[in-house]
Amino acid sequence: MRKTLRHAWIVARKDLLLEFRSRTAILSAVVFTALVLVIFEFGRDPTAIATLDLAPSILWVTFSFAAMLGLNRAFQAELENQALDGLLLAPVSRISLYWGKLLANLAFVAVVETVGLLLFTLFFNVPVGHILLPLVGVIALATTGFIAVGTLFSAMVIRTRFAELMLPVLLLPFLIPPLVGAVQVTAKLLAGRPLSEVGGWLRLLLAYDIVFVSLASILFPSTVTE
Amino acid sequence: MTLAQRGRWITGVALLLLAGVYVRALVFTPEEIHQGLAQKIFYVHAPAAWSAMLSMGLVGLSSILFLLVKDPRYDRFAAASAEVGTAFSVVMLTTGPIWGKTIWGTWWTWDARLTLTLFLFFLFLGYLLLRGAVTEPGLRARYSAVLGICGLVLLPFIHLSVYLFRTLHPAPIVLKPSAPSLPPEMLVTLLCSFGVFTLLYVGFVTLRYAIGDGGERDA
Repeated sequence: MRKTLRHAWIVARKDLLLEFRSRTAILSAVVFTALVLVIFEFGRDPTAIATLDLAPSILWVTFSFAAMLGLNRAFQAELENQALDGLLLAPVSRISLYWGKLLANLAFVAVVETVGLLLFTLFFNVPVGHILLPLVGVIALATTGFIAVGTLFSAMVIRTRFAELMLPVLLLPFLIPPLVGAVQVTAKLLAGRPLSEVGGWLRLLLAYDIVFVSLASILFPSTVTE
Repeated sequence: MTLAQRGRWITGVALLLLAGVYVRALVFTPEEIHQGLAQKIFYVHAPAAWSAMLSMGLVGLSSILFLLVKDPRYDRFAAASAEVGTAFSVVMLTTGPIWGKTIWGTWWTWDARLTLTLFLFFLFLGYLLLRGAVTEPGLRARYSAVLGICGLVLLPFIHLSVYLFRTLHPAPIVLKPSAPSLPPEMLVTLLCSFGVFTLLYVGFVTLRYAIGDGGERDA
C-alpha cells in the first residue's frame, strides 16, 4: 500500500513538474475561467435576477468547464513520443499510475478553482469569507468524484477520434449528481443556512466520491493494458 | 435455423403481438376516468421505458462479464443491447411528452424520472459514439465495457440526486408494496404490453447480434 502511494506520488510529481515548467495549460485554464465568469456577467440581467440567486450556478458551471479543460490535458502529454508506453513499462502498478494522474489532475483543478473562486467573489461581489471553510470542503467533495471519473475517461478518449469533443460528451452525464449536490449546498451556504440542513446532499457527494474513486481504480487497468 | 432467422421470427411474432396489444388497449380496455384517451399511451410508454432500462442493465452486466472473461461475444451483445436500448429510449422520450402535454400541461419538466431517462438516453448515445470513435476492436470492446459499467453505476446516483431535488411523476402503480391499484382489465393490458416489449427487445437484440456476428466474420 505504501509503495502504491509512493509510486502514485512520483507519477503525480512528474506531471506537476511538467506543468510547472511549461505553465501553458494552467495559464490557459485560469484565463479561460476568468473569461467564462466575465461572460456570465454579460449573459445575465442583473436587474431581473439577484446575483445571490445565480451565484451557485455561475460558480459551478465555471468550475465544470475549467475541470474539463484540465482533464483533456492529462493524458495528452503521454501521447508524444509514446511516453505512455514508457510509463506502462515502468515498474509501477496500474493503480499507482491512476492515482498519480488523479492527484495531478486534482492539484491542477484545485489551482484553477482557487483563482476562479477569488475572481468570482471579486466580479460578483459575493462575500464568502465567513463560509470559506465549508465552501472549500464542498468544492473538494464535488470535484474529487467528478475528476475521478474524468481521469478514467481521459485515458480512453486520447486514443479515439475527436478526443476533445468525446470527453465532454461522455463525462457531462457523470457531472449531474456532484453538480446538483454542490449547487444545493453552495446555495444554502451563501444564504447563511447551517450545514446540518444539507446533510443528505453531503452524504450523497461523499458516497459518489467513494463509489467512483473505487470503481475507476478497478477499471483503469482495463483502459491501458495492451 | 441461423441466429438472424431466429431473430427475424421473434421480431415478427413480437410485432404481431404488439398490434394485438394496441387493439386490446384501444378497444377492449376501459378508458381512465380522469385522463381519458391520453392514458392509453401509458401502455406503450411504460413498457418502452422498461425495455430501455432492461437494455442498460444488460449492457452493464455484459460489460462486467466481458472484462472478467474477455469473450468478444459479450461485447457484441452489449453493443446490440445499447443500440436497441437507444431505440426504446426514443419511444419512451417521445410518448412521455405527448402524454405530459395533455395531462401536466407541459411537454417537459425536470422531474426525477424524466431527468433519469433523459440521461439514460445520453448514456446510450455516448456509448454508441465512443464505439464509433475507436477503430481497433479490442480497444473498442474494453473502452465501451468501462463506460457501460460506469453508466450503470451512475444511474442510481442521478435518480437519487434529482429525486432529492423534485419529483412530479405519477407514483408507482403496479410495482409497489401494496396491491396494484389498477382495474384488472387495465392491469392485464399493461402486463401483456410489458411481455410484448420484452419479446420485442429479445427479437431486436438477436437480430442486431446476428448482424454484428456476420460483420465481425467478414472483417
